[in-house]
Amino acid sequence: MSEDIYVVGVDMIKFGRFPEQSVPQIASKAALGALDDCGLGIQDMQALYCGNLYQASAMVGQRLLQEIGQTGIPVVNVANACATGATAFREAWTSVKAGLYDLVLAVGVEQMGKGLLGGGAQKTGIPKEGLLGSGTMPAVFAEAGVEHARKYGTTFEQFAKVSVKNHHHSTMNPKAMYQIETPLETVMNAEMISWPNTKLMCSVNVDGSAAAVLATGTKVRQLGLMSRAVKVRASALTSDAWQERDLVMPDVNTCTRAAAATAYEMAGLGPEDIDLVELHDCFATAEILHYENLGLCKDGEAGKLIDEGQVALGGRIPVNVSGGLLSKGHPLGATGIANIYEVSTHLRGEAGARQVENARIGLTHVIGLGSACGIHILEKEAA
Amino acid sequence: MSEAQIKTNEAQVLPATPFIKIPEDGEPWLEGYKCEECGSIFIGARDVCSKCFARDSMTPIKLANTGKLYAYSIVHRSFPGIEVPYISAIVDLDGGGTVKGNLIGIEPNPKKLEYDMPIKVVFKDALGRKDREGNSYLSYFFQPLD
Ligand SMILES: [Zn+2]
Repeated sequence: MSEDIYVVGVDMIKFGRFPEQSVPQIASKAALGALDDCGLGIQDMQALYCGNLYQASAMVGQRLLQEIGQTGIPVVNVANACATGATAFREAWTSVKAGLYDLVLAVGVEQMGKGLLGGGAQKTGIPKEGLLGSGTMPAVFAEAGVEHARKYGTTFEQFAKVSVKNHHHSTMNPKAMYQIETPLETVMNAEMISWPNTKLMCSVNVDGSAAAVLATGTKVRQLGLMSRAVKVRASALTSDAWQERDLVMPDVNTCTRAAAATAYEMAGLGPEDIDLVELHDCFATAEILHYENLGLCKDGEAGKLIDEGQVALGGRIPVNVSGGLLSKGHPLGATGIANIYEVSTHLRGEAGARQVENARIGLTHVIGLGSACGIHILEKEAA
Repeated sequence: MSEAQIKTNEAQVLPATPFIKIPEDGEPWLEGYKCEECGSIFIGARDVCSKCFARDSMTPIKLANTGKLYAYSIVHRSFPGIEVPYISAIVDLDGGGTVKGNLIGIEPNPKKLEYDMPIKVVFKDALGRKDREGNSYLSYFFQPLD
């Protein structure tokens, strides 16, 4: 029986736009923050797993160590679309779970440009965007939302309510990019990007970083760090299994459902045991799908869940109390570990105004198109 | 200059995407690949079935030029130079195969679009887009079948 694995230190920077900094510089702040959070130093880390997408071939992890301490440890650079951060965290978890190390660092970092993502590579001589439909991310996730509307009659207003909720949550999160209330009319009347996603229903492209220190239970006890340690009850990663339409319609549902099933089984828990969720609201339409994909409600009831406020802070199962990708921001490679930071902060009872009361177990979810889904279930044991 | 010389100097008409097949004469079509083992239909050429893993079971087929609207988005913001709004449509072709493309000949308004509305595939010039050599391209579009 392998050991339980814990997060002992975790941090994220306030998301924003830092064009004057290098990617390793942005990463270094979260890495040092996570080390400080548990009173350890880079010299204590036995390996580094570094997630970054846009500089995937540029040895970001090694360059991070050139900023904060070149100890010669193994470095693995990870890229897995929007699941990059979660994948780096999972690789770190895998390595300590396997018994190779007992103390490792996972970092996620991204420096984003402004503007639309997606569109795809050009294979012949002319651009395909707006010719063979759209490959932009807002359109792709709009189409996934329209598929849900087709099945269950989900409305534009229900999708828009997700954005109202997450922007409201972010007013209580000082590390979010934005702290602005966006009433329903404001969301629905914002510039239409790709029906039914308006501008306020699209995640914010920001720069950011997040980091976590993972340790075996034996090491946590030896260091006397158990009082704030957060146990990793489950780690799941899936890719897209074959689906009828997946060549033209990336399927974010099947790989999420598969990852959720694996994670719940590994944890010996069900959705009813989860106190808060940070899920991949890259677009407001996506959040609705994932209520059902993660089993927070039955299929077809996601619209009701948002209408009744069950997923708002104070509701039955608060979702994205950080403000989510819609308002906290979405630095692709950092997002997965920022979710770990958010859930850990609640489980430790340190989330301030947005604290989910008596939170003991939380779930994080990210999805990268192409596709990759990462889910982690975290628990804070009674001290 | 003779007519033949003019012909050879003309830029070619090329398919906007490799699965558009343009015959010497007759109508263009969309090409799919069908797995003889499990019946799955893929868009574009391949050797191995990603559903049932069968090898050497792929046969090229002509996809139907009719189908039904499965899902869509109305794109109001795209990359610079791309004309908006337009309907990005996902169409299930009759007999199998799902293709994404622009739905034209209907107002880009969600109130006008019905799930499963019948669609036909039409082939036209690729919105005037040309490559650096001046070649024109033939693309496919979806239109309501009326
Ligand atoms: Zn097959």
